[in-house]
Amino acid sequence: MIDNGLPEGWELVVGLEVHVELATKTKLFSGSPNRFGDEPNTNIDPVTLGLPGALPVLNEHAVELAMRIGLALNCTVKPSTFHRKNYFYPDLSKAYQITQYDEPLNVDGFLMLPGGVRIGVERAHMEEDTGKSTHFGGAGGRIHGSDYSLIDFNRAGVPLVEIVSHPDVRTAEQARQYVNELRAILVAVGASDAKMEEGSMRCDANVSVRKYGAELGTRCEIKNVNSVRSLGKAIEYEARRQIDVLETGGTIRQETRHWDETDGRTHTLRAKVDANDYRYFLEPDLVMLAPDAEWVERVRAALPVLPAARRTNLAVLTGADEDSEAIAVVVERGQDTYIQEVKNAGGDAGRALVWVQQSFAEEGNAPRLPAKDLAALTVLERDGKLTATQAKTVLGDMLEAGGGDPAAIAASKGFEALDTSVIEGFVDEGIAAQPDAWAKYCAGEEKAMGALVGTIMKLSKGKADGKVVTAILQQRRNG
Amino acid sequence: MSERLSAADVAKVARMARLNISAADVERYTQQLDGMLDHFADIDNLQLADVQPMTQPFPLVNVLRADVEQPCLDREEVLGAAPAAEQGRFRVPPSGGEDE
Amino acid sequence: MSNFSTATSIAHNVASGAQSAVSIVEEHLQRITQREEEVHAFNLVTSAEARERAADIDARIARGENVGPLAGVPIALKDNMCTRGVPTTCSSKILEGWKPPYNATVVDKLFAAGAVFVGKTNLDEFAMGSSTENSAFGPTRNPLDTSRVPGGSSGGSAAAVAAGFAAVSLGSDTGGSIRQPAALCGVVGVKPTYGLVSRYGLVAFASSLDQIGPFSHSVADAALLTEVIAGHDPMDSTSIPKPAPSLVSVLGRGVEGMRIGRVADLPEGADADVLARLDAAFIALEKAGATIVDVKLPSLSYALTAYYLIAPAEASSNLARYDGVRYGNRVAANDMNTMYADTRAAGFGDEVKRRIMLGTYALSAGYYDAYYGKALKVRRLISNDFAAAYANADVILTPTSPTVAFPFGAKTDDPLTMYLCDIFTIPTNLAGHPAMSVPFGTGQANMPVGVQILAPTLGEEAMFKVAAVLESAA
Repeated sequence: MIDNGLPEGWELVVGLEVHVELATKTKLFSGSPNRFGDEPNTNIDPVTLGLPGALPVLNEHAVELAMRIGLALNCTVKPSTFHRKNYFYPDLSKAYQITQYDEPLNVDGFLMLPGGVRIGVERAHMEEDTGKSTHFGGAGGRIHGSDYSLIDFNRAGVPLVEIVSHPDVRTAEQARQYVNELRAILVAVGASDAKMEEGSMRCDANVSVRKYGAELGTRCEIKNVNSVRSLGKAIEYEARRQIDVLETGGTIRQETRHWDETDGRTHTLRAKVDANDYRYFLEPDLVMLAPDAEWVERVRAALPVLPAARRTNLAVLTGADEDSEAIAVVVERGQDTYIQEVKNAGGDAGRALVWVQQSFAEEGNAPRLPAKDLAALTVLERDGKLTATQAKTVLGDMLEAGGGDPAAIAASKGFEALDTSVIEGFVDEGIAAQPDAWAKYCAGEEKAMGALVGTIMKLSKGKADGKVVTAILQQRRNG
Repeated sequence: MSERLSAADVAKVARMARLNISAADVERYTQQLDGMLDHFADIDNLQLADVQPMTQPFPLVNVLRADVEQPCLDREEVLGAAPAAEQGRFRVPPSGGEDE
Repeated sequence: MSNFSTATSIAHNVASGAQSAVSIVEEHLQRITQREEEVHAFNLVTSAEARERAADIDARIARGENVGPLAGVPIALKDNMCTRGVPTTCSSKILEGWKPPYNATVVDKLFAAGAVFVGKTNLDEFAMGSSTENSAFGPTRNPLDTSRVPGGSSGGSAAAVAAGFAAVSLGSDTGGSIRQPAALCGVVGVKPTYGLVSRYGLVAFASSLDQIGPFSHSVADAALLTEVIAGHDPMDSTSIPKPAPSLVSVLGRGVEGMRIGRVADLPEGADADVLARLDAAFIALEKAGATIVDVKLPSLSYALTAYYLIAPAEASSNLARYDGVRYGNRVAANDMNTMYADTRAAGFGDEVKRRIMLGTYALSAGYYDAYYGKALKVRRLISNDFAAAYANADVILTPTSPTVAFPFGAKTDDPLTMYLCDIFTIPTNLAGHPAMSVPFGTGQANMPVGVQILAPTLGEEAMFKVAAVLESAA
């Protein structure tokens, strides 16, 4: 049984719908620019504005990127069609959205979370984005109680891919991991910059709860989640809300709920008089999209090594745990190739991983420090010639200078690793200087070690290897 | 006269299509539309299970365009034709409820 | 045929300098001045622009430029085709005064061919109708008998040619809206193969049925116009990826050896006088060396139902954009949904509202399968029927309209009565095939009768060959 943070016996079931803006130059069905941040209503054309007589023509590169996403998620690319989803809203210029309905481009895929959990991907289909409404007057820019709205159609027609997972997510943490992993994939294949803060990736969660072994519960769709962190919080809140309702004898109403970051709760959107009947029908202005086997293979062959595979490779290279934070962080920064270079130059990949994680946050995927220099440093450590603390100092100098000979720098600072027997001597002195701390430590208070180690390090002028000191203290206590 | 379509149906459809029609008109349209549906009942008994729907007269596949920027419309010309515009954007009254 | 100059002769004379474009346009503008008030073919006459353009054409010809195959030809456009900077209303209050910021592709093509636009013609609102009585700006009158309708929805374009206001004009045809008015006004009207002519800039009524086509006095003019406006357009995804066919060159080839289909199970409804002219047409073609073959189109009787479920369904979606937000006329309100509902109620006429509601209903949850879904299957049956028929025939002949032009108000009591005007024209739109109406004598009250020639997909050559022979025999 997974620890999902819920009261005992309750299972959390979550499906995620992620909308991604594709990184094309132009819109999905017309040639005006797909660009964020321009003056309102400057990236417009007859199709975008839904002018009488306008007709859509499909953007080839958008299809290419949509296929990259599907294939990276292990989907099958199928012949697909477009449908009209009809509803009235001011930011929807034709009063219908062109989307894919029962014949989407990509189907039946999956995504592996770090740690090995498999989340099924039902489909990843293409559709167009709407314009943007801003509400004025009233309280706080919310639509209820506003006086009027202003509409900007720059975003209308931007290509989207909607990725729908199976309801396989079982914890809020898995949801976060799913979104993070998805994001890494989207960026890796060049399909999108996938930034939730900028709206180029939007995430909705379908949340339900049930007792283990029972039928699926009624789900609620949670919208307006603007960060990965909020996603987790919203799911946790909603799950508890539903449990409260069910445990007090109520039923869950299937509805869309709005996450409010400020009060940390989900809220019902105002009930509509008629639920929307979208009257889907095949878009008569477009024709079937059926990428041939050659095109699909070309896209597949051109996919880069995906983040999951890169994590596995780096774990093998460095001996670190594939699911560790170090591996995740370094791969995300794109610094795994650098570590390979360090290894190629004769360095210790494991030590390199530690340093890169700790000290290379600002370096991007092409660190300035030559790989051979870092390699040399890790060799000194491995051979016991430098303690970790000393190596860190040397590294600091090397980073500032953009390179250097670690042995020379160490020598110039008078660094040398100390003999174990010499360290034993410092430990004796340290225990003598801190009898109370030693007593506490021997009695089982692990925290007391800190004071002892501190004293010993000072006595050795920092030259003692902290790991060795710790090991000696432990030995003496236990032995 | 068969009743394929009631006034309530017509009122609902009018709402769905955002057409504000009077009660008298609802009555009139109901009669006319019901008459039409009656006439259209000739297809009710056709055996169509094995027939493929036909949505497009000339079947084409993969009509695509290159991802190349084209000139945009002039914003002033477009907003000049708008019923209400402000700050470079189209102005509308607020929605009474969420419609998405 | 009429005494009015054909586009072919005008273009020839203007290009050679034998006539000036200015004098041609003045001739047409004068006829407009004399009779337009009575006929009301136009929503807008663009006389100043036409004169300026004609002068420019003459100047360029004087400089030795090749102005194009329609040099100086006065042409009228149905007011549902976007003309940049020139009001395009679809004869609806909701678009009254709206000026498109772009041209329809066909407009650009005609302009590049040297044509002179004289105005935007009246139509049934949003192309929905068969008499032009549904125009929000008043009906158009049949120039041959102003107590009668010109047909619809392209009544204004048909009348403009019939009255000599323009040498040729463009209309649009979704269920017969070019062919039927052509028949009622005694002119030639062509609906090309679906996809042959770009729909970019044509205000959509029913996307899988709409096509643009010409009205003219002569078959040769119709062929010329079709050549100019046809051809692949990258702005229209449903545009057939081929260049325009060559049609003028086939006109003299005759019909020797061609098989002309006669529909043995033709739906009832055509008047005797109309059927008599159809019979005469078959005889004329036989005399010219063609063979008559019987064909059966058993699903034809269901075509009206299929059309009046499919077309309104698509229309209900295509017309949803008229919401008062971005263009057109708005009725102000305090909330958005009221604004939408009031704007559309005020802006749309009766027939448009009716079809929007019918279409919305046919697509709605619980009814899709019974109505729209079924209609799409009936469409397939009709297409299959035609395919079988064309295995044995090169073209098929039917009446265009069941009656000659009828008096105003004769068919407005019950919408269904009006819909029945289209029984012979609708099937070709459903199948996406080309068809044209050629005047062939007169019927009741000395009003013209049109004979319809149907051909298979991209069968324009066969269709025009037959039309040329009928024209000479008429």
